[in-house]
Amino acid sequence: MDPVLKVTNLTKVFNGLRAVDGISFEVARGEIVGVLGPNGAGKTTTIAMILGLLTPTAGTIQVLGMSMPQERQRILARVNFSSPYVAMPYNLTVLENLLVFAHLYGVQAPGKKIRELLEIFGLSTHSHQLTGRLSSGEATRLGLVKALLNDPEILFLDEPTASLDPDAAEHVRQTLLRIQQERGMTLVYTSHNMQEVERLSHRIIFLHRGRIIAEGSPAEVLRRFQQESLEQLFLEVARKQ
Amino acid sequence: MSAKRIAGLLLRHLYLYRRSLTRMLEVAYWPVMDLLVWGFVSLYIAQVPAKLPPVIGFFLGAMIFWDIFYRAQQAIAISFLEDVWARNLINLFITPLSVGEFLTATMILGILKVTVTSLLLVVLALSLYHFNLFHLGLSLIPLVANLILTGWWVGILTTGLILRFGQGAESLAWALAFLFQPFSAVFYPLSVLPPLVQVVGWYLPTTHVFEGMRQIIAGGGLSWAHLAWATGLNVIYLFAAMGIFQWAMAVARRLGLLLRVEG
Repeated sequence: MDPVLKVTNLTKVFNGLRAVDGISFEVARGEIVGVLGPNGAGKTTTIAMILGLLTPTAGTIQVLGMSMPQERQRILARVNFSSPYVAMPYNLTVLENLLVFAHLYGVQAPGKKIRELLEIFGLSTHSHQLTGRLSSGEATRLGLVKALLNDPEILFLDEPTASLDPDAAEHVRQTLLRIQQERGMTLVYTSHNMQEVERLSHRIIFLHRGRIIAEGSPAEVLRRFQQESLEQLFLEVARKQ
Repeated sequence: MSAKRIAGLLLRHLYLYRRSLTRMLEVAYWPVMDLLVWGFVSLYIAQVPAKLPPVIGFFLGAMIFWDIFYRAQQAIAISFLEDVWARNLINLFITPLSVGEFLTATMILGILKVTVTSLLLVVLALSLYHFNLFHLGLSLIPLVANLILTGWWVGILTTGLILRFGQGAESLAWALAFLFQPFSAVFYPLSVLPPLVQVVGWYLPTTHVFEGMRQIIAGGGLSWAHLAWATGLNVIYLFAAMGIFQWAMAVARRLGLLLRVEG
């Protein structure tokens, strides 16, 4: 295994509450890993620490062989993140926003790259539209375009299909899978759509109260917990809270 | 430091100003209103039959200088708030943009805003009140540079406090600069203030700039002592403000404030 992400004994304590409690895991290059868990399980906190938005209380994070947060800038140039809950300036057009982020990521030939990605995500006709006028589904797709601008080696996604209708969600899933396969990109994502997780993930990491309670392929995890679907497993864990 | 990333962040704000009439007005409207009010007050006082110093120059020079400081401070604080309001902070802080690049871009934006506003005010002051700020000659350069430096560190300090204490502290973006006004002897000499307050004023770089400006207008030439005090204090306060900002950023990363400051 060639780990592009290695998390060791990662802990985050807020006011005495252990939001993330000594978790360790590795992610291999080209893997798709779903991070699951009920609200408050520690998914967002874990991803925020990996992205350098939060300082861990204890533990280490190695991304692409570099330490976070010591080598934050070098790491962030090679990864990206998208979430429907994080917006882009509403008073700039789609194209202007993407040009700004292309500059921030040092993208070569940004115009061509932006056109390609807008085309892939069906947003070409929106390039001169104000970002604030996009529907929530379009804004989510714009977030994905932004997240792919720097050809990230690891892409972190927070509920990538949460605000999309079933058709748009399927289009996004297929597009992400295609890009992931073409580029050998590593995908780490959170989702509450258990069917999606079962279909997409090579491996899942199930978090509960800041700890990993299950890790492995969806089939392995289901066997271990003697459940027929991740949805059932999720409900059982959530109701035990 | 990456010039491309600094240009990227600068571009984000220039796109915003290009499209937003209210933001463009902010660069021109309030400064012009101030100029008109202080200009007419000066004209009135100048008519009073008493032997007064060149009041028009004092008031209009002070008003233009104050605006230079205020716009430089606002450029930094409001740029940060724009990203808070747009819920864009996380997007920015997961790019390779460093804190230094972030601050440099907003400082450059400050220079651009100051240039536009002060040129507009200088032209209006000349055409409406026959007051030519450029009569200060080359002395203008170090004084203005010091005002911009003060604007920068007050802006950085404001941003650090908003980062640390969240959106509840955003009114500081407008209020903090005005805390300096009564003590900085902007529209009156330092000697007018009570002795204890004079001590406070002495340790503000703005006081030395305004005292220096009045001395030049009154024909006394550039005061090297005031210039040295202003520059020395600015350098110390700029480093202190940067340290406070770094501290606020470290606290924000420890407490998860970057995830919460967007509300």
